[in-house]
Amino acid sequence: MSMREKAAITGIGETVYSRESGRSVLSLQLEASLRAIEDAGLRPSDIDGVIPYGSAVVAEEFVTNFGIGDLRFSATTPLGGASCVAAVQCATAVIAAGVYNHVLIPVGRNGASQGRIGTRVQQMPQFRLVGEFEMPLGAIAPAQLYAPMARRHMELYGTTSRQLGEIAVSTRANAILNGNAIMTKPISIEDHQASRMISDPLRLLDCSLESDGACAIVVSGIERACGLRRTPVMVMGIAEGHPDSPSVITQRPDITRLGLAKAAARAFDMAGVTHDDIDVAEIYDCFTYIVLCQLEDLGFCKKGEGGPFVESGAIRLGGKLPVNTHGGLLSQAHMVGMNHITELVRQLRGEAGKAQVAGAEVGLVTGNGDMGDGSVAIMRRG
Amino acid sequence: MSASETYNKLVPEPTPHSTPYWEGLNERKLLLQKCRSCGRIRHYPQPMCPVCHSMEVEWSEVSGRGAVHSWTVTHHPFHPGFCDDLPYTLATVDLAEGVRMNAQLRGARPEDLRIGLPVRVAFETVKEGLTLPYLVPDEAV
Repeated sequence: MSMREKAAITGIGETVYSRESGRSVLSLQLEASLRAIEDAGLRPSDIDGVIPYGSAVVAEEFVTNFGIGDLRFSATTPLGGASCVAAVQCATAVIAAGVYNHVLIPVGRNGASQGRIGTRVQQMPQFRLVGEFEMPLGAIAPAQLYAPMARRHMELYGTTSRQLGEIAVSTRANAILNGNAIMTKPISIEDHQASRMISDPLRLLDCSLESDGACAIVVSGIERACGLRRTPVMVMGIAEGHPDSPSVITQRPDITRLGLAKAAARAFDMAGVTHDDIDVAEIYDCFTYIVLCQLEDLGFCKKGEGGPFVESGAIRLGGKLPVNTHGGLLSQAHMVGMNHITELVRQLRGEAGKAQVAGAEVGLVTGNGDMGDGSVAIMRRG
Repeated sequence: MSASETYNKLVPEPTPHSTPYWEGLNERKLLLQKCRSCGRIRHYPQPMCPVCHSMEVEWSEVSGRGAVHSWTVTHHPFHPGFCDDLPYTLATVDLAEGVRMNAQLRGARPEDLRIGLPVRVAFETVKEGLTLPYLVPDEAV
């Protein structure tokens, strides 16, 4: 049984993104979820599956607050920043098996105002090895753990900091068009080059934000999706991939590659489309280098050619492959990549406002997390 | 840097699978796991050989010599315990025995770093019962 076009995203919802919400994570998630459910034209009691993010807000909270009478399924997909797209895969598979009709996938956090993300890593079980063998030596934060990937890519292929800067600049330009982005001041390559070094070669403007807010989607079985309020966005192909040495980058045989490299061909095969069919791509951007690396791992260019690819203007609005049209984690908000999914839905509905890619019919969204787990979905307007 | 009562960096929490590694460091030896069944050396310590799936293990002292695979130079104070070290270089190294390790590299200028730079492991007792490895350029090569 293929998962191809068995499910569609039928509703999306977001809160305002900020650096200090002043509210509980639960209330943020409930607000975004309610918006997603209303966007789909459903009532909260219609939801019969929930895939929460991590353990901050559990499925029981949605049963209690929404008065869900018969929750038939709940699960979590613990892949860090790859979780949201992986949750869509989980939802699609369970929908295809006939377990439920409408699944809610919420994400929300007070990532800026409560507990900085970078210092929470040692407490996470998937980072036990990094916690024991690298953090005591000073390799503590994700920027330090990812930086050697970028450095080796630079040494092997001649990739430059200015090429990484192009990703930051392009993403910021898109955020300015968004209306719900935290970073709204234009930046140039020179601003990127002048931004302070965090962990070489990653500068401040190579790093994603830490943000407060929530973002949610509703995924529905295809038969149900077509009768709802909004144009469904169909899941054509979807896959996750786990890299060798899944939780320790420095132990990975090829540290310039992510788990996405294993998932990409599966998703394209399932979708039955080629790279030329992709009109817009929302690429998980915890760091600029990770965007460049995924463009290669997805096959939009060869390994080592990501620098010239982005430098050509390809990822700009109006370019060959517009990327992160909402401003991404770098400039809109860090919603663990759920905001990448909602943006792709907007693009394929034709509702992306000033950042709309004209005639967008087919698009792609990725996730990357926990030091390299990857996920990718290819979707089309229904 | 000398041993101090006010050590405020992150400390490892050894497991039954890694204790000999940490005990080896305290004796200024780099002891790595070696599969008793297939003879493969592995790092970081884990209970099972990923190739032959044997859980029988012995500990083998390795040369501590290797070559830089990649690196980062950290400038941002991510943790109060490391502020005085800034900027510091973290090097990912291919050891001669075919495994990787990651540690601070001292005594090399950032502009001299390159893939393949020969390095060797050195040891530093940072507090009672805790010795950490670091790397230095291997001048002998």
